[in-house]
Amino acid sequence: MYKILVREDLVPSVHLFKMAAPAVAAKAQAGQFVVVRIDERGERIPLTIADWDKNAGTVTIVFMEVGATTARLALLREGDAIADFVGPLGVPTHIENFGTVVCVAGGVGAALVAPVARALKNAGNKIITILGARSKDLLFWEDVLSGVSDQLIVTTDDGSYGRKGVVTEPLKEILESGEKIDRVVAIGPVVMMKFCSLATAPSGVRTIVSLNPIMVDGTGMCGCCRVSVGGETKFACVDGPDFDGHKVDWELLAARQRIYIDEEKCAYEEWRKSHAA
Amino acid sequence: MAKLNLNRVEMPRQDPKKRGKNFNEVALGYSLEQAKEEASRCIQCKKRNCVTGCPVGVDIPDFIQAIRDGDMPEAVRILKSKNALPGICGRVCPQETQCEATCTLAKKEAPIAIGRLERFVADWERANMPQASSSPPAKPKPSGRKVAVVGSGPAGLTAAADLARLGHGVTIFEALHVAGGVLMYGIPEFRLPKEIVQAEVKFVASLGVEIKLDSVVGKLATLDEILAQGYDAVFLGTGAGLPMFLNIDGENLNGIYSANEFLTRVNLMKAYKFPEYDTPVKVGKKVGVIGGGNVAMDSARCALRLGADDVYIIYRRSDEEMPARREEVENAREEGIQFKLLTNPKRFLGNDKNWVTGAECYEMELGEPDDSGRRRPVVKKGSEFVIDVDEVIVALGTRPNPLISSTTVGLETTKYGTVVADEETGKTVKDKVWAGGDIVTGSATVISAMGAGKRAVASIDEYLRG
Repeated sequence: MYKILVREDLVPSVHLFKMAAPAVAAKAQAGQFVVVRIDERGERIPLTIADWDKNAGTVTIVFMEVGATTARLALLREGDAIADFVGPLGVPTHIENFGTVVCVAGGVGAALVAPVARALKNAGNKIITILGARSKDLLFWEDVLSGVSDQLIVTTDDGSYGRKGVVTEPLKEILESGEKIDRVVAIGPVVMMKFCSLATAPSGVRTIVSLNPIMVDGTGMCGCCRVSVGGETKFACVDGPDFDGHKVDWELLAARQRIYIDEEKCAYEEWRKSHAA
Repeated sequence: MAKLNLNRVEMPRQDPKKRGKNFNEVALGYSLEQAKEEASRCIQCKKRNCVTGCPVGVDIPDFIQAIRDGDMPEAVRILKSKNALPGICGRVCPQETQCEATCTLAKKEAPIAIGRLERFVADWERANMPQASSSPPAKPKPSGRKVAVVGSGPAGLTAAADLARLGHGVTIFEALHVAGGVLMYGIPEFRLPKEIVQAEVKFVASLGVEIKLDSVVGKLATLDEILAQGYDAVFLGTGAGLPMFLNIDGENLNGIYSANEFLTRVNLMKAYKFPEYDTPVKVGKKVGVIGGGNVAMDSARCALRLGADDVYIIYRRSDEEMPARREEVENAREEGIQFKLLTNPKRFLGNDKNWVTGAECYEMELGEPDDSGRRRPVVKKGSEFVIDVDEVIVALGTRPNPLISSTTVGLETTKYGTVVADEETGKTVKDKVWAGGDIVTGSATVISAMGAGKRAVASIDEYLRG
């Protein structure tokens, strides 16, 4: 069992758990993920590692309530424990001194960009971070991202905080400003990563995205997470999760994420009914 | 000499119509009377051909004699002294090509039903000696040496049990959340109840084996890091867990599963109990299973039990070449699985929702024998036709997962991703590292993996005491 040491509600639907997982903490690197299972009846879901502390033996995960499993997870409190916490999985994000890197974070992606931006910053890069959310009340970790960035731009879709609009607008402006951009890292919803990749395509700036298809084991065993990159089938769990955004087949990814949409609704309804009772 | 009794005692099975709708075990096992009757047919040959046919060398005539004498505890003792997993082996070993093939009575086409008797002994122990079945006979003298076993499938469990019996400290590192490997995620409940796997895992643990779950070696720790943690040797038994695909158009459509994914969802994650269990699985009305091995049969029979109307085995050669156990092919046929033989997919067709709607296939014919000795299937030109399906399960076989080989310096692998190891001893070219089972041979059987685990233990033990 893996104990929840700290729980924070970042915004109403996004939660942070700091877990006791010394072995995972000892090996974790930016861009990797864990597979989590709550209990005997639970499903295995992948969650990106948001932070870790080798000395304290802790690993931090941040997740959004989107279905039955994440809703059940959100009910847990400090001191509770979950059955399984497997990792660190996936290939770590490639870190080196590229020069100037634009990091784009959408929604819950803020928590996933943070360790990558930190590692890139520590490697000597200049970091420009664009943080986007639908509205002010869904925005979190502005302070964390600010701490690992040379420049931080915040956008909200409704203009309730920062700049009104979506993240691709400042991204395009930066690319067109004449400043030499050596790399873009975009992490967030599929549609956001897709449009960031489209935005950077004309300039050809290498754009790394972190894909989040449905997974079961997370170790290359099942092929559920297969994605098409540059016309080749890859397993996101062992070949990724990071891929070249210009080569990803976004339609396929979006379609494969909808495989269980009916079952997810059914499970969520079942859970809500039983939870209400 | 008494007259030979050539009437094998049949084992009762669930009615095919009923069992196609449930996940309960198909084979029901012998009663004590049936077991004694079958045991009494054994002629107790001087030359024990059956034992030479057993990859783990079970003293078959002795445990059969004990059944005949009605001394069940003795039968248990004899069986488990060589085989820590009798309930599993009695169910899934291909006895017909091993001990039963070499049985003297096989010449008369009536070999002793050794597998059914083995299963009976294991089940009898679980029912009648619940304490004993999970506790070891006597603790051996500790050797002071430690061995890490990577993977808890048939090879790893066997190696761990035998190492512990020799007094070595053993830790199993298992990547999944439960021990058993393919016995848990691959083989379905109706062929191998998970309760039986867990009872035998518990027995292995009772020998003093520590089992660390959720431990993905290659990620959580490399082999060298494990050796540096104070282990004197490592046995790699990580199997062949990487699914192969056809690499044809449309294979990433929704509704197309690898057999590994489909079976893992159903068996390991218990998707057949969704939404009581959280993991879902899709089941179409018309399901095409690509392949002709045991995994294809398991997938087809699971799909049927989950409610598919039509389930097709789509296999490129003919009935004769199918690698599945005959018994499983017959079980599948009885249950209503339809066989589309000499048929091979060209591409998959989908609708505007990216969901699979059909498998366009070629008709095949058999040409000259290939490297495997089987006649090579050849495409009949212009023979394309479409089989309507709304789900496809690709069961073409598996390769070893590269997670460990790719993170280990000094391990040699073949172009198929298998780890190079000595056939007899399992020793790899890397110092202190042995390997056995599917990781060395590519996908094979439970018992051959167990045999490899056993042989490696002999070599590891010699090394540790050297």
